[in-house]
Amino acid sequence: MDLMSSLGDGFLIALTWQNLGLAVLGCFLGTIMGALPGLGPSNGVAILIPLAFTLGLGATPSLILLTSVYYGAMYGGRISSILLGIPGDEPAMMTVLDGHPMAKAGRAGEALSLSGVASFVGAFLATWGLIFLAPQLVKFALLFGPAEYFALFALAFATLGGVSSTNQAKSAFAAMLGLGLAVVGVDTQTGVPRLTFGEVHLYDGLDFLVAIVGLFALSEVFIFLEHRHGEADADSKKIEVGRLTPSWAMLKYCTPTMLRTSVLGFVAGVLPGAGASLGSFISYSMEKKLVDKEGTFGTGDPRGVAAPEAGNNAAAGGALVPMLSLGVPGSGTTAVLLAVLLSLNITPGPLLFQNNPDVVWGLIAALFIANIMLLLMNIPLVGLFTRVLMVPPRILMPIVAMVSFVGIYGISGSSFDLLVMIAFGVGGWLLRKLDVPLVPIILGTLLGNTMENNLRRAVTISNGDYMTLVDSPLSIGLWTVAIVGFILPIFVGKVIKGRMRNRRDAEGSTSD
Amino acid sequence: MSDRIFGAFGLLLALFYAWATLQIQESFLSDEVGPKTFPLVIAFILGLSSIVIALRPDENPVWPPLSRLAEIAAAVVVMILYAQFLPEAGFVIATALAAAYLTWRLGTRPLQSLLVGVCTSVGIYVIFHLVLGLSLARGPLGF
Repeated sequence: MDLMSSLGDGFLIALTWQNLGLAVLGCFLGTIMGALPGLGPSNGVAILIPLAFTLGLGATPSLILLTSVYYGAMYGGRISSILLGIPGDEPAMMTVLDGHPMAKAGRAGEALSLSGVASFVGAFLATWGLIFLAPQLVKFALLFGPAEYFALFALAFATLGGVSSTNQAKSAFAAMLGLGLAVVGVDTQTGVPRLTFGEVHLYDGLDFLVAIVGLFALSEVFIFLEHRHGEADADSKKIEVGRLTPSWAMLKYCTPTMLRTSVLGFVAGVLPGAGASLGSFISYSMEKKLVDKEGTFGTGDPRGVAAPEAGNNAAAGGALVPMLSLGVPGSGTTAVLLAVLLSLNITPGPLLFQNNPDVVWGLIAALFIANIMLLLMNIPLVGLFTRVLMVPPRILMPIVAMVSFVGIYGISGSSFDLLVMIAFGVGGWLLRKLDVPLVPIILGTLLGNTMENNLRRAVTISNGDYMTLVDSPLSIGLWTVAIVGFILPIFVGKVIKGRMRNRRDAEGSTSD
Repeated sequence: MSDRIFGAFGLLLALFYAWATLQIQESFLSDEVGPKTFPLVIAFILGLSSIVIALRPDENPVWPPLSRLAEIAAAVVVMILYAQFLPEAGFVIATALAAAYLTWRLGTRPLQSLLVGVCTSVGIYVIFHLVLGLSLARGPLGF
């Protein structure tokens, strides 16, 4: 088996002391960030990117660190969902529904450990899915020419807003804003400066890391300032964990649920624009329809805890598939990971598997290792993480802000970049207030140059004939999916989003 | 209402973007597409989506009262000052002050926030500079 020998090589790369250490560090930090309400996978990874750079880590170790954070945050989100009834991050929203009632019934420890196991099963199966699906997708992607790539990028932008935004005009606005920012700087093909207004700092273009840290991390600080939400959500007396191991009977009872929802979550993760939140949502809904005969879902049914957790962790793995094999991320956090790869001069996409197999397989092996570490960390050490929930945001948020500043300053050593980052922070806060999604902005700044280059290459090859963009059946197919993917959510998205909101509101009103 | 203003602002931004694009000096050696086409397409879609946002606004978001807005503005000013004075004041001092300010504004008592600020700053300095070897701004006192 070719795959197995590649995977074996991957394990050789991942099993060095440095990489193992980074994985432990990443898992630990990731779990904490996931658990803290307000910090999620995308801002957690964003804050740590500068760290990976300034440490001078190579591509594989940086990716190992950051994907461990990513997986860790997916695990961590459940902790505050279960104990506090407040999702630690968006994908953990559905875990609140059954996890919190279980905690109130004195079964918090069981809920935590069961959801830890469910997270493990989801992530484990998804990593296998990644191993088998990504190379197939790569074979397919090798058929792509510049015109198809241009269409693929358009597809990514069209579908990204999809279910995550209620207003497609706003996600289009966000995507264009991001692409527009990417244009700033010296044109790579003709060498003329564009939209720099004579500012020398802008000739190199805007550094997307600055944009990411500003939009994701700093804007969060402003949100907290706005609400002056400085007290910890957790009261020390409220948290009683209780028995920490799930019984075999309960695990057995939940196994079919975990297996089904892992598959479903993985598929949701692979689809562009869906991501982990949708993965956990449809997992929960399907499981409720399928097995909830007695109407126990929502009252502390263990299967209602296992389903969304397996689903969102599987979706996290699934979202890596299009990111690695096509260079088009399927979710916010994978967009941030893409930024890391691009800054390390590695272009994801089909060639990544040929030119840097060490990166790909080292990463995949690291995912397995991180997953086992997380399981071990999350069951016995869950008490430690619950303590972290008591750190009040009034102390935590300034640390987040300062670490963001340090990271960006560490990369460039320029005050100008810090000012740009502050501007992005304020802008991010405003856009979040206006319900404009931030992920398309990031994706736009990341992919803008590649997208434009593919457009220009395609048209140049055909001597200025723009019809080349819709010439092959493949590109016509991609454009069709893009258009349907953009229009469909206008009708369907409202319904799903509305339902997600209703669930949360209904829960919110009963949780007190 | 917010969305109408936002849409109008977006439209202005799109027009400005298109205008700025047209100012680009084209080089005599250009490819078929040229440096202007892509930004013009962006400006067009940006404008179009802004118009849609303005014509079909969502519900108003809950804007914070003026005092909270002033709070955010003050934090921004502090951050800008931080960025400007970082190279002169050195990392530890500047960070301690900025972190203390933010902690204070999020509701910690003044004296305690000063303590938290210093701890944050020294903590970051030790972890990032002494342990991880990241180069931070060096002030007049050498740290």
